[in-house]
Amino acid sequence: MNAIIFAAAWGVIMMYTGVATRRKSMSRNVAVAGMIGLIAVTWLEYAGLSFFNIPLGGMLEFSTFSLVMDLVLFASTLIFFMLSGSDVEEVGIYGADYFALIFFVLCGAAIVTAFKSLLMLFLGIEILSIPLYVLAASDKRNLKSNEAGLKYLLMGSFSTGLMLMGIAFIYGGTGTFYTDGISMGTTAPSTLLVAGMVLLLISMAFKVSAAPFHFWTPDVYDGSPAVFTSFMATVVKAAAFVGFLRLFENAFGKMQEDWQVLMAIITAATLLIGNLTAVFQQSVKRMLAYSSIAQAGFMLFAIFALNNTGKQGLILYTAAYSLATIGVFAVLVRMKDYTFEGFNGLAKHQPLVAALVAVFMLSLAGIPLTAGFFAKYYMLVAALKTGKMFWLVILGVICAAISIYYYFRVIQAMYFREGNDQGIRLSEGFKTTLLVTAVLVILLGVHPDWLLQLLN
Amino acid sequence: MLSAFDNFPALLIWLPLIGGLVAFLMKEEGQAKTWALFSSTLTLILMGASLLYTDVKYFKLNQVSYYWLRDIGSSFAFNLDGMASMLCLLTAISFPLIFASTWNRSYKNASAFYGLMLLTQCGLMGVFMATDALVFYFFWELALIPVYFLASQWGGEKRIQAAFKFFIYTFAGSLLMLIGLLYIYLKTGGPSFSLAAFYNVQLSAGEQTWLFWLFFVAFAIKMPVFPFHTWQPDAYEQSTTAVTMVLSGVMVKMGVFALIRWLLPIFPEAVAKFDNVVIGLAVVGMIYASLIAMRQDDLKRLVAYSSIAHIGLMAAAVFTVEKDAMQGVMLQMFSHGVNIIGLWIVIELIEQQLGVRKISELGGIAQKAPILTILLVVIALANVALPLTNAFVGEFLMFSGLFRFSAWYAAFAGLSIILSAVYTLNMIKHVFYGATNTLTEGFLEIGAEQRVILAVIVVMIFMVGVFPGPMFELVEQVSDVVVKRLTDK
Repeated sequence: MNAIIFAAAWGVIMMYTGVATRRKSMSRNVAVAGMIGLIAVTWLEYAGLSFFNIPLGGMLEFSTFSLVMDLVLFASTLIFFMLSGSDVEEVGIYGADYFALIFFVLCGAAIVTAFKSLLMLFLGIEILSIPLYVLAASDKRNLKSNEAGLKYLLMGSFSTGLMLMGIAFIYGGTGTFYTDGISMGTTAPSTLLVAGMVLLLISMAFKVSAAPFHFWTPDVYDGSPAVFTSFMATVVKAAAFVGFLRLFENAFGKMQEDWQVLMAIITAATLLIGNLTAVFQQSVKRMLAYSSIAQAGFMLFAIFALNNTGKQGLILYTAAYSLATIGVFAVLVRMKDYTFEGFNGLAKHQPLVAALVAVFMLSLAGIPLTAGFFAKYYMLVAALKTGKMFWLVILGVICAAISIYYYFRVIQAMYFREGNDQGIRLSEGFKTTLLVTAVLVILLGVHPDWLLQLLN
Repeated sequence: MLSAFDNFPALLIWLPLIGGLVAFLMKEEGQAKTWALFSSTLTLILMGASLLYTDVKYFKLNQVSYYWLRDIGSSFAFNLDGMASMLCLLTAISFPLIFASTWNRSYKNASAFYGLMLLTQCGLMGVFMATDALVFYFFWELALIPVYFLASQWGGEKRIQAAFKFFIYTFAGSLLMLIGLLYIYLKTGGPSFSLAAFYNVQLSAGEQTWLFWLFFVAFAIKMPVFPFHTWQPDAYEQSTTAVTMVLSGVMVKMGVFALIRWLLPIFPEAVAKFDNVVIGLAVVGMIYASLIAMRQDDLKRLVAYSSIAHIGLMAAAVFTVEKDAMQGVMLQMFSHGVNIIGLWIVIELIEQQLGVRKISELGGIAQKAPILTILLVVIALANVALPLTNAFVGEFLMFSGLFRFSAWYAAFAGLSIILSAVYTLNMIKHVFYGATNTLTEGFLEIGAEQRVILAVIVVMIFMVGVFPGPMFELVEQVSDVVVKRLTDK
C-alpha cells in the first residue's frame, strides 16, 4: 500500500516541480529522490511497516512475492532514471511531466502486482497504460512517434475492451470479482466462465505482447522515443507479466489442465515469431523490440508451469532482462545511428562502454556467468518440472540458440568491425552507473540466491 | 577466506583467472606478454607440485566442495583425480609453450589477447576438474566465450564468420546438453547436481536413449566427430596460430574427456546400444578426414584434418569400453595435445619467415634449416605414432581395444593410420626436401629460443614414448572405475 500512495503522490509533486522551476536537471533530481523514497517505503512494507491502514475489503494483497516484484521494478526504474534521466528531458519541453507520468505508471504497476479482485486488475492495467499512450507520442513533431502513440492507444483500448468483457462474463458465471471466489467456481466451470477466461487470456497476451497478439509491439517500440521504449519494454512489460501470472495462479490455477495447451501454443508462437523476426532486422532498436517479444516467450514459461520455480524465475527474469535492456537502451539513445553499422568500432572509441554493452548482450543471450543464464535456467526447470510438453523446452532451447545470432551481431559490430568515431559523449557518472548495472548483471549470474532469498 | 586457496583445484582456477584479469589492465604489449608467460609458468609449477600429492591420503588437497546455490543443490565441487590431472597437466604445459613459441608475433590490443588466453585456461581447468554438473556447464561455456573473442579478433580475413560458425555450433550443442543435465537433475532425489547423484540416478532405457544423444551431440561437436566437424577446418585455418594451438591442443580434449566422465557412466545401457553407431561414425570420419588431408595444400588445413582423424580414433576407443583402451585414450589425449602444438609451432615459424603456408609454394627448407627439419621430423613421426614416440603407446592400446571389439573396425581404422603416414611424409617431402625455390632460398635457421621450445616437445615425446609407466599409473584407477561401471551392468 505504501508504494501505491507514495507513487501517486510523488507523481503530483513531479508535475508541480515543472511549474516551480525551469531548470531541467532539478526535475530529474526530484524524480531520482522520489524513486529512492519509493524503494525505501516499499522496503519498509516488506520489513513489516505499513504506513496506511486502509480497509481494502480484500481487493489487494501485499504478499512477499508482490513486494519483491515491486522492489525489482522500482530498482530497475531507478537505474533507468540515473542512466537515461537526461535523455527523458531531451524528448520534449515538458521534462517534469514525463517523470510524473512514469510515477503514475509505477502506481498502476504496484496495483497490478497486488490485486485480488478483477476490478483492481482492470484499474491497475488502465493506470499503467494511459500514461504510456502519452509517453509513446511524446515526441510531438515526429510522425513515427505520433503513429506509435495512436497505434498503442487503439490496440490498448481494444484489449481493454476485451478484458472488460471477460470480467463481465466471469462475473456472470461466478457472481464475484474476487480471484479466490472465481477459483472456487472453477471446479465446475460454466460456459460463461470459460469464455471469460479466454477473453482475459487474450487481453493479457496483448499487454505482454505475446504472439499472435504482438503486432503492435514492433511499431510502437520502434516509433516511440527510444528512452521510453526502454521503459515500456522492461518495467511495464514485467508488471503486466506479474498481473498475468497472479490472475492465472489465483483465479484459474485449478483449471490449469484446461488452458495449459493453449498457453503452450502461445508460448511457442511467441518464441518462434520473436526470434525468427529479430534475425532479419537492420536496426538495433527494432531488433530489441522483437527481442522483447522473444524474451516474453521465455517469461511465459512461468505461467505455463505455474509452480514455485516459475515464480522465482519470473522475478529473476524481470531483473536480468530489465537491467540488460535498460543498459543497452541507455547507450543506444546516445547513438546517432540506430542500425547495426552504428555500433561498428565502438570498442575502439569507447572501450569500457562497449565491454559493458557486450555483458548486457551476453546476458540477454543467456550465457552463463550473467543473470540471463539463471533466468533461463529457472524457466527451463519450471517447465521441465511440470513433466508435460517436453517439446516446448526443446523449442525454447533452439530459440535461445537462434537469439545468439542477433545479439552477437552487436558484439561483432563493436569489436570486430572498423567504424568511425560517432563522437558520442558520455559523462563519467553515466559510465559508472552503467558499470554498476553490469556488475549487478554478473553478480546475479554468479549467485542468484542473493535476490531470491528475499522471497523467503 | 584462506580456505578458498588451500587446495590445488581452487588454486589452479584462481591463478589463471586473476592472471587473466590483471593482464587486461596492462598497457604495453611486452608487459602483458611477460606477465602471461609468468602467470602460466606459475600455474605449471603448481600443477607439477600437485602431481606429488596424488596419493589418497592427500585427498583434502585435491578434492573440494564449496556451497554455492543451496536451494538448487549445486556446489563448487572439484576433484583432481587421475584423468583430471592428466588433462590439467596438458593445459598447464600448453599455455607457457604457446606464449613462448609465439613470442615474436605482435598483436594489436595485446593485453586483451593475453587476458583472454588466460581466462580460457581458467575455463579449461574448471571443465576438467568439476564434479558438479552445473559447475561443469558453467566452465564449459566459460572456456568458449574467450575463445570466441580470440578467434574473431585476431586471425585471417574470414575469421569473423569462421569463429561465429564455431560458436553457434558449440553453443547449440551445449544447450542440448543443458536440457539433458536439467532432466537428469530433476530425476535425482534431492535434487542435486553433484556427479555422484548423477551416477546414481535411475533412468529407463528409453530415457537413456534420447538423453544419450543430447549429450553425445554436444561432445561430438566439440571433439569434433564426423559429421559434426564442419566448423573445425575453417576455425583452425582462420584463427591466429596461438589460438589454433589452444583449440586443437586442449579444447578438443574437452569432448573426449566429457565422454568418459559424463556420458559413459550415466548412460551405460545406451552406450551398449549405440557403441556400433558411434564407432562406425568415428571410423568413417577417420578415413574421410585422412583422405581430405591428403589433398590439402594449406599446412594448417592439413593438420586440422589430421586432427579429426586422431580424435576419431579416440572416440572409437572410448566406446569399446576396454580398460587398456581407456587408458590409451587418456594418454593419447595428452600426447596428441603435445604433438599437435609442436606441429603448429613449426608451421608458425615457417609462416613468420616466409608469410606462406602453402605446400606447393614451399620446398627445400631442410637445406637451409637442418635443425628445424630434424625436430619437425621427430614431431611428425610422433604424429604418425611410430614406436618409441609418445603417440605409439596410446594408439597401440586403442587399436588393440578396437581389435577386440571388432576386427573390421580395427582394419578400417588402421587404413587411416597408413593414410596419415602418406600425407605426413608427403608434406615433409614437399616442404622440407627437394630443391629450394626463390621464396625458400632466403630461409634462415631457427634461433636458440625456438630450438629450446621444440626440443622440450621432442624430449616429452621420447620420455612418454619410452617410460609411459607413471602416466599409466596416474589414470589407471579412473579407467578401472569407469569400465567396471559399464561392464557390471
